[in-house]
Amino acid sequence: MGGSLDPTVLNIVVFVLAVFVGYHVIWNVTPALHTPLMSVTNAISSVIIVGAILAAAPNETDFGAVLGIIAVGLASVNVAGGFLVTQRMLAMFKKKQK
Amino acid sequence: MSANQLTLWYLAASILFILALKGLSSPVMARRGNLFGMVGMGIAVLVTLAVVSRGNLAAILLAMLVGGSIGAFVARRVEMTQMPELVAAMHSLVGMAAVLIAIAAVNNPGAFGVAAPLPTGNKLELFIGTFVGAITFSGSVIAFGKLAGLGKKFRLFSSAPIVFPGQHWLNLTIGLVMIGFGVAFFLSPEQAWVPFIVMTGLAFMLGFLVIIPIGGADMPVVISMLNSYSGWAAAGIGFSLNNAMLIIAGSLVGSSGAILSYIMCKAMNRSFISVILGGFGAEEGAAAGGAEQKAVKSGSAEDASFMMQNAESVVIVPGYGLAVARAQHAVKEMAQMLAAKGVNVRFAIHPVAGRMPGHMNVLLAEAEVPYEQVFEMEDINGEMNTTDVVLVLGANDVVNPLAYEKGSPIYGMPIIDVHKARTVLVNKRSMAAGYAGLDNPLFYMDKTMMVFGDAKKVVEDIVKSMH
Repeated sequence: MGGSLDPTVLNIVVFVLAVFVGYHVIWNVTPALHTPLMSVTNAISSVIIVGAILAAAPNETDFGAVLGIIAVGLASVNVAGGFLVTQRMLAMFKKKQK
Repeated sequence: MSANQLTLWYLAASILFILALKGLSSPVMARRGNLFGMVGMGIAVLVTLAVVSRGNLAAILLAMLVGGSIGAFVARRVEMTQMPELVAAMHSLVGMAAVLIAIAAVNNPGAFGVAAPLPTGNKLELFIGTFVGAITFSGSVIAFGKLAGLGKKFRLFSSAPIVFPGQHWLNLTIGLVMIGFGVAFFLSPEQAWVPFIVMTGLAFMLGFLVIIPIGGADMPVVISMLNSYSGWAAAGIGFSLNNAMLIIAGSLVGSSGAILSYIMCKAMNRSFISVILGGFGAEEGAAAGGAEQKAVKSGSAEDASFMMQNAESVVIVPGYGLAVARAQHAVKEMAQMLAAKGVNVRFAIHPVAGRMPGHMNVLLAEAEVPYEQVFEMEDINGEMNTTDVVLVLGANDVVNPLAYEKGSPIYGMPIIDVHKARTVLVNKRSMAAGYAGLDNPLFYMDKTMMVFGDAKKVVEDIVKSMH
């Protein structure tokens, strides 16, 4: 055993743990909230915007940067849309008013 | 900001995302959870912007402003009945963004702090992220078209399955060729544009082809599956950029979608494979059309109103028909009036009622039906035989007792046992068969009364006659 750790191995560790956490958290989601779950996961997966920002900002602007900027735009629609529509839906789930 | 600091901020964001999902275990905690999610996203975006504070920042901010405004506008204006379409559209955006980022990464790995030319390991992950993203995009576009009812204008978006001979072989071939080009991209020592582009193109095609044979009522599975894919695409991109937060967020979403797909399949007693292969309901539908005419009892909205007012307990079973007719507010009013007359009113929701997981719950919540009155199938089925009146609104297959008969195509599918109630009122637009193309023996039972018409119209008439 020796040598440096391949980043891919570290990525796999993170990946497996995250799937494990996801599995346990998602099974606890109440079925009534499955639609908000879908919209909020949508918003969360648009954290891909981080990759888009990096793609959009190389030292020299080339076509990759242009694609990055487009990707930033697309992901932003989801970030804002996903969280806000989830908020709107969740606000509807109220207790009975007496 | 150093790379270490950046990673720690990303860790904080990842934890907030997990808390956002955890909050959804109850409606009370959910809103706070969503705020956690927003804060997490805010952190992720801000620290990333802080790192790249050089050229193009203005363009990035502009893109965020434009995209964010569109998203906010849509989120505010969309109707709850349109939620499935919205979710499908948003999946397609994640898929497309993943593909664009992947192309940018092939073009200039240095922008992401990854060595150039791309190391082999990163290439493999990039290849996976790209084709999953591309399939997510085109598949979601088709799903969007089907859900938004664009089938009338474009046959491509028909909510009926589009099947042709050799379909599965074609898909399989395209899939294998796509993987072949992916491997070529992975193995070539330099920037290998040709295999990369061919692979991406084939993946787009595959996304279209895989979704077109899947019919409208299987959409809960499809939309959950695409939800899952969008997560895996994000995780794939995270792998190629060595970004732990992307991997975590992507995996959470990926497992969420996978679990939802599983729950939906189970609620239809169908295997995931059979749903994905599609074509369900295409042949059986023709057969049911030829069935002999049997007598049904039908009555007016006034009759239905009379029966419900004189009942002690009423269970309302909403289905896709309620969403189509946008009858949720009328239903709420009816439930309220019945409750005021001392009737115990509850709602029973089948997991696949509607076009996406939880669709009915959101519609009822929008109409301000208190969630204490809304029950999941397994929680209320035990009380069906002591229920006086059941009102089925635009649901069919999920209340079809054929599910208990061996040999029927839906045998074994869990249903809401409305046939055990003392009286059953069924609202439908016509006697047309449901999605499964099956006749429903429930309609011909002695205790069943059909109330034909648009769900909203019928419920409004019921409300009127109660005054």
